[in-house]
Amino acid sequence: MDYLQILSLTLTQAFGVTALIYLFAAIGLNVQFGYTGLLNFGQVAFVAAGAYAVGVIVLTFDLSLWLAIVVGMVVSTLLALLLGIPTLRLRADYLAIVTIAASELLRLLVRSIAFKDVFGGAQGLNGKLGRQFHDLNPLPADVALPVFTWSRQDLWVVIVGWGLALLATLLVWGLVRSPWGRVVKGIREDEAAVLSLGKNVFVYKLQALVIGGGIAAFGGILWAVAKQSVQPDTFQPDVTFFVYTILLLGGAARVFGPIVGSIIFWFLLAGFGELLYALINNGYIEFLAAQQVGSMRFMLMGLGLMLLMIFRPQGIFGDRRELALDAR
Amino acid sequence: MPARTEDKAAGHAAAVEALRDVPQVPGASKPDPILVVDHVSRQFGGLKAVDVAHMEIQRGAITALIGPNGAGKTTLFNLLTGFDKPDSGTWTFNDRSVAGQAPYRLARIGMVRTFQLTKALSRMSVMDNMLLGANGQSGERVLQALLPFIWRGQERANTSRALELLERFNLHEKLDDFAGSLSGGQRKLLEMARALMVSPEIVMLDEPMAGVNPALTQSLLGHIKNIREKGTTVLFVEHDMDMVHDISDWVIVMAQGQIIAEGPPDAVMKDEQVIEAYLGSRHGSALTDDGASLTPDAQGGNS
Ligand SMILES: Nc1ncnc2c1ncn2[C@@H]1O[C@H](COP(=O)(O)OP(=O)(O)OP(=O)(O)O)[C@@H](O)[C@H]1O
Ligand SMILES: [Mg+2]
Repeated sequence: MDYLQILSLTLTQAFGVTALIYLFAAIGLNVQFGYTGLLNFGQVAFVAAGAYAVGVIVLTFDLSLWLAIVVGMVVSTLLALLLGIPTLRLRADYLAIVTIAASELLRLLVRSIAFKDVFGGAQGLNGKLGRQFHDLNPLPADVALPVFTWSRQDLWVVIVGWGLALLATLLVWGLVRSPWGRVVKGIREDEAAVLSLGKNVFVYKLQALVIGGGIAAFGGILWAVAKQSVQPDTFQPDVTFFVYTILLLGGAARVFGPIVGSIIFWFLLAGFGELLYALINNGYIEFLAAQQVGSMRFMLMGLGLMLLMIFRPQGIFGDRRELALDAR
Repeated sequence: MPARTEDKAAGHAAAVEALRDVPQVPGASKPDPILVVDHVSRQFGGLKAVDVAHMEIQRGAITALIGPNGAGKTTLFNLLTGFDKPDSGTWTFNDRSVAGQAPYRLARIGMVRTFQLTKALSRMSVMDNMLLGANGQSGERVLQALLPFIWRGQERANTSRALELLERFNLHEKLDDFAGSLSGGQRKLLEMARALMVSPEIVMLDEPMAGVNPALTQSLLGHIKNIREKGTTVLFVEHDMDMVHDISDWVIVMAQGQIIAEGPPDAVMKDEQVIEAYLGSRHGSALTDDGASLTPDAQGGNS
């Protein structure tokens, strides 16, 4: 068995394009859930909004990718306002219900026959979505990395993606260490107390939802650009739950929580997968077929998460003292 | 320092003087009211929790709001501060109608309350709890938040003000601890200190002494008097008659949602109706005897 190859494939996925997409969604969710305490169970809708903005602007309307990015931000902002304005004055659970329902509604809308001309129906939008971005690729054609096995195109996405992810992290860091961050953390702890101190809680919650949604939409834009394809059924609710897993894994309300969480999540998921494949192909495991690896790795992942929650419930970066406070 | 002592008593003397000619009847009008309440009512199902025809709170005085459990004191606080909506009624703050205003607006114009069930922001430090109280912070605006040089000066000023208050409330050694790690009494203190960070014109304290030990109660009474000496109006709910007697300039008594009596502490505690409301009609003695009083609970248990 070639362990080095397994490791190389695993690391490539842990830092790769898909991991990056989830990372953006997790950074956004950290603002909403981690710091502000908003139960957004429809984060995938913001990712979809970004991805479809690129699909529709570039493919359906044949306009510029750069315009699509602007449109993606505008659409995600509108989505946040649409979800937030009716629900954020109500109890926390209303947002949870509305966001999860809205994310499914949005998916069914874009895959519907009625809007096939715009959104491409169940097949989605496939074509040269990221052409303008890939045209800028400065990397030489025969670029070769030591451990990672990205193509020239993916490497370009990964470099820019990580740059932007670090920028987004910087943005979150700047926000949460400021008095603004203090207010949203206060809202997470006790809304009424913050209200009694003269802060317009509703506006802060809306701001957090918009900012977190915008960052997640960037993940969607990256998705469309990197995979050159936007398909409705990839935006299932389980995406949101993986994003929660990533966030809790790294530690909610920690600036670097999403980064660490997404690397570990994808490292474990990809690692289990590659290892199982290798074991099956080399005849070490006979009770599993190669087709079963996909679901088996999620089971192992689940086991890993359970162990984490037992031995380090605060996440990798979390502060155990904080958990102890909840019991009081 | 004699000058200081004189100062300390000045607010009290002024309040007593101002309230001297106020008739001792429910809903009595005051010479300089900061808060005027008219026909405020709130019904829960069949229960009329609050039904206040008229109430005025004198500016610069310490007014105690007392009454048996379930009298509607907390509900009245909730209504006046915008945390609950009344079925009817209006009220003015500084002659400005504020009925129906959002709680954060009322806080900003100087009407700040604390909660009977303490609301410490557990997973934030004591200092952050305090800083959250400061108003008009430019760093709380989302865009300015990213430019620390805009808010750093303000932050420093707020921090030193917070330190002063924490010191007054004996919490300065805890400033980096999580608020959730404080004891129940310390949380009460923190909440009061935090309310003062807002620089209110009137501070409405819902049972500020519940769970605070007797030694600290003394210094806390001092703090509350101090608040008045600095010109802030205090309205507080309290069950401990000793304390009410000790610090209040005026007492308003509620029972079953209505105001049943008003007056200076001495007079009110000898009022037959008040004693009845508290203890039921079979009890005859005054709530306090020359200040050496019993809490209603203790007296009820004795007889
Ligand atoms: N949200 C609510 N729903 C239903 N009934 C309520 C609600 N809030 C208060 N009440 C009722 O209104 C009455 C007044 O309650 P309130 O909390 O104002 O009393 P209180 O004077 O503050 O008493 P305490 O001294 O025990 O704090 C009580 O009978 C209570 O049961
Ligand atoms: Mg009460």
